[in-house]
Amino acid sequence: MLTRLISGDTPRSPVLAALLGAILVALMFAPFLFPGVRALDTAATICIFILLVASYDLLLGYTGIVSFAHTMFFGMGAYGVALASIHMGRSYEALITGTVLGAAAAALFALVIALFSLRVRAIFFAMITLAVASAMAVLVSQLFQITGGEDGLTYRIPRELTPAFRLGEIFDTRINGRILNYYLVFFSCLMLFLLLLRVVNSPFGRVLQAIRENEFRAQAIGYKVVLYRTTATCLSAAMAALAGSLYAIWLRYVGPDTTLSFEIMLDVLLMVVIGGMGTLYGAVLGSVIFVLAHNYLQNLMGAGAEMFQNIPILPDLINPDRWLLWLGVLFVLSVYFFPTGIVGRLRANR
Amino acid sequence: MTIAPEHNPVFARLGWRDRLGQSAPYLLVPVLIAAGFAAIGAPSSWLTLTVSGLAMGMMIFIMASGLTLVFGLMDVINFGHGAFISLGAYMGVSVLFWLSGWTEAASLALNVGAIGLAILAAMLFAGAVSWAFERTIVRPVYGSHLKQILITVGALIVLEQLIHVIWGAEEIFLLRPESLRGAVTFFGAALEKYRILAVVIGLGIFIAMRLVLRHTKIGLIVRAGVQNGEMVEALGYRLRLVFVGVFIAGSALAGLGGVMWALYEQVITAGMGENMMILIFIVVIIGGLGSVEGAFIGALLVGLLQNYVAFLEPKLALVSNIALMTAILMWRPQGMMPVVKAK
Repeated sequence: MLTRLISGDTPRSPVLAALLGAILVALMFAPFLFPGVRALDTAATICIFILLVASYDLLLGYTGIVSFAHTMFFGMGAYGVALASIHMGRSYEALITGTVLGAAAAALFALVIALFSLRVRAIFFAMITLAVASAMAVLVSQLFQITGGEDGLTYRIPRELTPAFRLGEIFDTRINGRILNYYLVFFSCLMLFLLLLRVVNSPFGRVLQAIRENEFRAQAIGYKVVLYRTTATCLSAAMAALAGSLYAIWLRYVGPDTTLSFEIMLDVLLMVVIGGMGTLYGAVLGSVIFVLAHNYLQNLMGAGAEMFQNIPILPDLINPDRWLLWLGVLFVLSVYFFPTGIVGRLRANR
Repeated sequence: MTIAPEHNPVFARLGWRDRLGQSAPYLLVPVLIAAGFAAIGAPSSWLTLTVSGLAMGMMIFIMASGLTLVFGLMDVINFGHGAFISLGAYMGVSVLFWLSGWTEAASLALNVGAIGLAILAAMLFAGAVSWAFERTIVRPVYGSHLKQILITVGALIVLEQLIHVIWGAEEIFLLRPESLRGAVTFFGAALEKYRILAVVIGLGIFIAMRLVLRHTKIGLIVRAGVQNGEMVEALGYRLRLVFVGVFIAGSALAGLGGVMWALYEQVITAGMGENMMILIFIVVIIGGLGSVEGAFIGALLVGLLQNYVAFLEPKLALVSNIALMTAILMWRPQGMMPVVKAK
């Protein structure tokens, strides 16, 4: 039953299985295990990023295509929900409409980009997505009448999903709308993750891997490489948009910094690479480690910078603002030395 | 035994249609300039916009030329190219500040001398860093596009952050040298002096590059290497060495472009290279990967179109480049002048 649920893609490493189990339990009971607003926020962010990173891994790890527009699709889902909530009022219909429209728009956009670039050379895709995504980010900040510009949009979601809605107490924890909202996010992410797992372990997913390994041979066997790559791109874009919608429902705010910025794109890249490309479990580990590190490591760097105050340059190097520097170094090193990521390492050590 | 089918090969001259097709990319720039004139109407503002578009195009070309050759020669895609633009700009601006006595004097010779020294320093610095970059970052990942993209993006971030560490995180404002400020009036159109200088430098570099590529032995090897690298190696040339040379030269040009862009915008940030990369990629894609002429035409098109559209409809300026890229790719999916690669 369990094997069927994860589409026969077992972790194949006891340590990995234990880690994944622990993460699942921790996330499932997060409101009860880790009380506090910040902890719950971290848990929801982890859930959403797992989905986002897994959808990116479908593209990068399984199909071997580099895209820099993944946050654009993420943002489309988020802005879909935000705009629908503003224009249709506070209702579940607005959330559903926004989600569906956002995902559809993302898939359509991905289709157009893919048709232009993948037809010729997969490498065009990386460059074109970079150009389109940055154009979109500027466009969003310029069309402030519609998108709220740099300030972003705040909106109201149905009352049952907000902290104002009280339900009672279980195990000394007040059940409010925030917790219901968390479970909406959690179960949606879990279902979509299992769906992605199903996709990559289907015959379709096998073809994608074949294309990644040897495009020419896959073509020679008779698979339409462009068609498969395009489908994977659209699917991944739609999934990213769904993750964005969930993020918008959770935050009740969208803005360029939380959804569209290039920095998030880098974060996603790093999570995939650290966790392990070409395995969705890598997305889980990568997201958890990264989000936790992001939330708590910067404090550590600040402390370090104060400690080495008297030495030249060093305080500048470990200034919390130089967080990206170390991210970049880590990224380069992990592409060199751990191309298979943590999951690859764990599986190899079996 | 069968008799070979009868066939009479004939030499046919290309029809006008094919010839037009071949030269169409060259015609695009004049067509665009004419279309700009028709859309804008007023000759003086049209002239101003055309010169500034050409200046912008030249600068983009200087930065893009290295990237397209590096790709053509070794199939290496370098997302870190933008870092050399930023590095060059910071180095050049540091030199300009250091030579503030020269830049503030009202003498054209001293001003141009200061810019020349700044450009030299920027090119040397960007070239030196790129040599190390090629050895440590790019060399281990020859042959794998996926890893190249990931690694060079990572390296771009690291270099940008190192600029923050060395020169500080704030943007740096600068003034152009004394005699290059202001504009000259020409048929009622105000032409900024610096933009004219940028056009002159850009044109000079394009012509020099073409001469080197067309009329020297090293240029011949580079062009042959872009078309069929294995064959060139089989003939006994060490293409790796040529490639390293092209990589360094291309990065040095990126540094030069960075200095010129810094003087154009009069402000520099560590992220400027990354932002320029977007235009550079558009230029390289529409020009056809590996083609210097294509990149030149593409850069001029991007520069002109952006200036015209920004004048006519400011909100569309950014989308105009994407629209241009879309239109060109619909017309020629490989870019305007793709270099035929024997695989």
